[in-house]
Amino acid sequence: MPSPALRALLIAAALALLAGCSEAPWNYPYSAADRDRNILYSVFVDRPKHLDPAQSYASDEAVFTRQVYEPPLQYHYLKRPYELIPLTAAAVPQARLVEKNGATYSVYDVRIQPGIRYQPHPAFNPAHLALDRATIAGLRSPYDLPAHAARELTADDYIYQIKRLAHPQLHSPIFGLMSEYIVGLKEYGERLKKAARPGTWLDLREHPLEGVERVDAQTYRVTLKGRYPQFVYWLAMPFFAPMPWEADRFFSQAGMAEKNFTLDWWPIGTGPYMLRQNNPNARMVLERNPNFRGEPYPAEGEPGDAAAGLLADAGKRMPFVDRAVFTREKEGIPLWNKFLQGYYDVSGIQSDTFDQVVRISVEGDANLTPEMERRGIELRTSIAATVFYLSVNWLDPVVGGNSERARKLRHALAIATDWEEYLSIFANGRGVPSHSPLAPGIFGYRDGRDGFNPVAYEWRGGQAHRRPIEQAKKLLAEAGYRDGRDAKTGQPLVLYLDTTSRGPGDKPRLDWWRKQFAKLSIQLEVRETDWNRFQEKLRKGTTQIFIVGWSADYPDPENFMFLLHGVQGRARNEQGVNASNYVNPEYDALFERMRNMPNSPERQRIIDRMTEIFRHDSPWIGGFHPKNYSLAHGWLANSKPNEMADNTLKYLRVDAPRRDALRNQWNEPVVWPLLLALAVLAAAVVPAVVSYRRRERMSAR
Amino acid sequence: MTAYIVRRILYAIPILVLVNLLTFALFFVVNTPEDMARMQLGAKRVTPEAIEKWKIEHGYDRPLLWNAKAEGLEKATRTIFFEKSVKLFTLSFGASEADKRDIGNEIKTRMWPSLALAIPVFLVGLAVNITFALFLAFFRATYLDYSGVVLCVAMMSVSTLFYIIGGQYLVSKLWHLVPISGYDEGLDAAKFLVLPVVIGIISSFGSGGRFYRTLFVEEMGKDYVRTARAKGLAETTVLFRHVLKNAMIPILTGVVVVIPTLFLGSLIAESFFGIPGLGSYTIDAIQAQDFAVVRAMVFLGSVLYIIGLVLTDISYTLVDPRVRFG
Repeated sequence: MPSPALRALLIAAALALLAGCSEAPWNYPYSAADRDRNILYSVFVDRPKHLDPAQSYASDEAVFTRQVYEPPLQYHYLKRPYELIPLTAAAVPQARLVEKNGATYSVYDVRIQPGIRYQPHPAFNPAHLALDRATIAGLRSPYDLPAHAARELTADDYIYQIKRLAHPQLHSPIFGLMSEYIVGLKEYGERLKKAARPGTWLDLREHPLEGVERVDAQTYRVTLKGRYPQFVYWLAMPFFAPMPWEADRFFSQAGMAEKNFTLDWWPIGTGPYMLRQNNPNARMVLERNPNFRGEPYPAEGEPGDAAAGLLADAGKRMPFVDRAVFTREKEGIPLWNKFLQGYYDVSGIQSDTFDQVVRISVEGDANLTPEMERRGIELRTSIAATVFYLSVNWLDPVVGGNSERARKLRHALAIATDWEEYLSIFANGRGVPSHSPLAPGIFGYRDGRDGFNPVAYEWRGGQAHRRPIEQAKKLLAEAGYRDGRDAKTGQPLVLYLDTTSRGPGDKPRLDWWRKQFAKLSIQLEVRETDWNRFQEKLRKGTTQIFIVGWSADYPDPENFMFLLHGVQGRARNEQGVNASNYVNPEYDALFERMRNMPNSPERQRIIDRMTEIFRHDSPWIGGFHPKNYSLAHGWLANSKPNEMADNTLKYLRVDAPRRDALRNQWNEPVVWPLLLALAVLAAAVVPAVVSYRRRERMSAR
Repeated sequence: MTAYIVRRILYAIPILVLVNLLTFALFFVVNTPEDMARMQLGAKRVTPEAIEKWKIEHGYDRPLLWNAKAEGLEKATRTIFFEKSVKLFTLSFGASEADKRDIGNEIKTRMWPSLALAIPVFLVGLAVNITFALFLAFFRATYLDYSGVVLCVAMMSVSTLFYIIGGQYLVSKLWHLVPISGYDEGLDAAKFLVLPVVIGIISSFGSGGRFYRTLFVEEMGKDYVRTARAKGLAETTVLFRHVLKNAMIPILTGVVVVIPTLFLGSLIAESFFGIPGLGSYTIDAIQAQDFAVVRAMVFLGSVLYIIGLVLTDISYTLVDPRVRFG
């Protein structure tokens, strides 16, 4: 009869053998029952903070909210430049200009398609709108309640959500902006503040909002002050998604918040998916909404899409995937390895694995390494609608202002700062140097010879080349700083870079900045600071040189050009987006004209002139537009980067049997190390036992 | 004993107040309530009105420590410090400032994954370390002992992070034996816990084994051990019945105090292995400057540490009859 310890060991070995006999690999991280199901597996790194469409603004939240909530409009998945198309709306609404009491108003009538239904949810069952605390306390999820119901989407739901932007207990990031445009929204916020009672549900249906009216069950009207053509882009964001009053009422019940059952965590929508599991610490699970109306996969795209197989599913009803499982991975190493093992369908590329994944050809093209190609992994790249820039503070007496001296100094710095080298060293080449405030793909952006910045570059051999450093030195001398010394005082020129980069890993980057300025014999002092102090310095206008970035809300040149609009200066206007505090009356006047124009040759001409002014004044000493690299396994179809749309899950299709076969092939357990470890243990224990027995038998000495 | 425990609990109150004050001071030295509001509201489109609204909603519109405008006792009570700290003593932690989730609920949910990792690491680790130390003590001054000590010194010189990354690389990436990270509920959690538990045991093996060996070797040199051997007792009896028992006081000093804190989890291991425990929760809160969560976790850590110290004192009386509560 073996000893209990030996018996336990034998049982463990038998279990291990049994596990080996089953088809799932030993390191399979999901439920074995889901192995060949039509499920997409992805990751999230940071916990989402808000899933309430009135509050959510971050892209890592949009991964979830955009699959559930449906605003009236969306971006075409395949076409470029980005194009707005209807989602729940019958058509993209056009502004109707109305003159009233000497003022101009833009009126948008948004008509919703009939027959759209919400996902099944307990909130639509009237019995669940008056639950007692004990019932709520016993729930693990709102979906634990029985008898889910649904109803048809109406215009009232959109109106309800617009009103929620002004709700006193919510922090909608666009309330300030929309208050400037939607008639009566600001005053509405004040009225709601007075009407709100702690612990009592505020029924917004009882409080009308002047600028948002119901035309009929399927149509609502939004009246804006003045012209604001960019408003239609906001209609493609979840801020303007519908919110059924029942959902608001349901989650306002006493006891819900203590269980973390809030609209901020449990979205209710009409979209293709519904959030059925919400554990932001570990796993978020989206499941197909059985009430989703279905939407045809696009039949048109940009050139090359058909050849890339992106139109193979044209006309088929979406969504294709039944469920999407998002697992939280805080660290890059497990994330990357699980992608390589086939347990995640998509992944980004970290800097430390870049060389393992991508080879840059002599022509500068990014290609996958043979190892990645063997695995059938596909690389997708796209330039983000984002700009990172090194800016001067226009209020600074040394580098700011429109004097000829300061301008030449900025031009010299613009030549000396080698952004191509920066991107090569610190971003594995993932980015393109910026020549204007506009990111590629945005109306007004010009490429090639028409688009290069002649201040820092010259056109040679069909390409823009950075001007020689001698020209920068000459400009510096003309500015009164020959060899980096002030001609009047003889003192060395010392400039200050404010940055939040202060970790040990940031040192090479900071040294690189010093090196760029040292090319002109200018000393660069780095002032490291935390994020809060850095923001405070920007608000007070006490920085000199700094690096900031901007990601576009929508693909309109206004959303980039306003970064240099005088009235948006951060030191004058705390919420201003013009961190440089740049002011140029001509630029400002052109901006005012351009912002409300439709895309047209005239608008292009104005943008060209604004870009010319920008380059001449050079408030930014260059910058870059990051290039996003993403990887997808070959079993994932229809994946195309879209920098504007986040509701992309519905387009994706997974070949689950192929994935399962490859996972098995890639993850065969290697058992010999276990056997070796047991042998080593035995080799260590057996002599010890023998020695112990010998000692025990030994007579006293 | 009851009087002793009551006295220790009363001592704990000023300690907890001081810990709270220290956490509060350290946090607000680098952050103003406005900074916190900006941090939570994000960088885009934040208006001064939104900041004010956030401060009022989260109770940060009051003075930090002293309210000069209030009357009488309210000068001290109508302050951020008082209002945020007093509730902690009733174990009412409030809501996270980053995402408004109820902290008490989060703690209740997240303590289980932490315990699922910490308890096996603690118990198995203790058993392995003590067994190994007894083994070395038994073979003291032999090549086995010297090799064991060298092994311990080598293992304690290696960072835990190295064990984690190395373990993930070998066991999960190369050999495909267990998932590299993740967590699941119930028995499904086992496959995710094997590697972190083994790594947790290995990473504490060097220091633990060496520490216990020192205790045992010291005990083995004492007269009572020589007497036991002279009486003809088997070496195993000497080791387990006499040496181990007499080495219990220093062992308990180090062991019992950590038992209550086990559920606070491991900061690094939970992050690397994707275990949604309280260690990972604390790290997230520090990164997000979520003062409500940081405050709650520091308070809880202090309470548990004090409980651990009291338990340690009580455990002394169980293993050593000479120890009495005065």
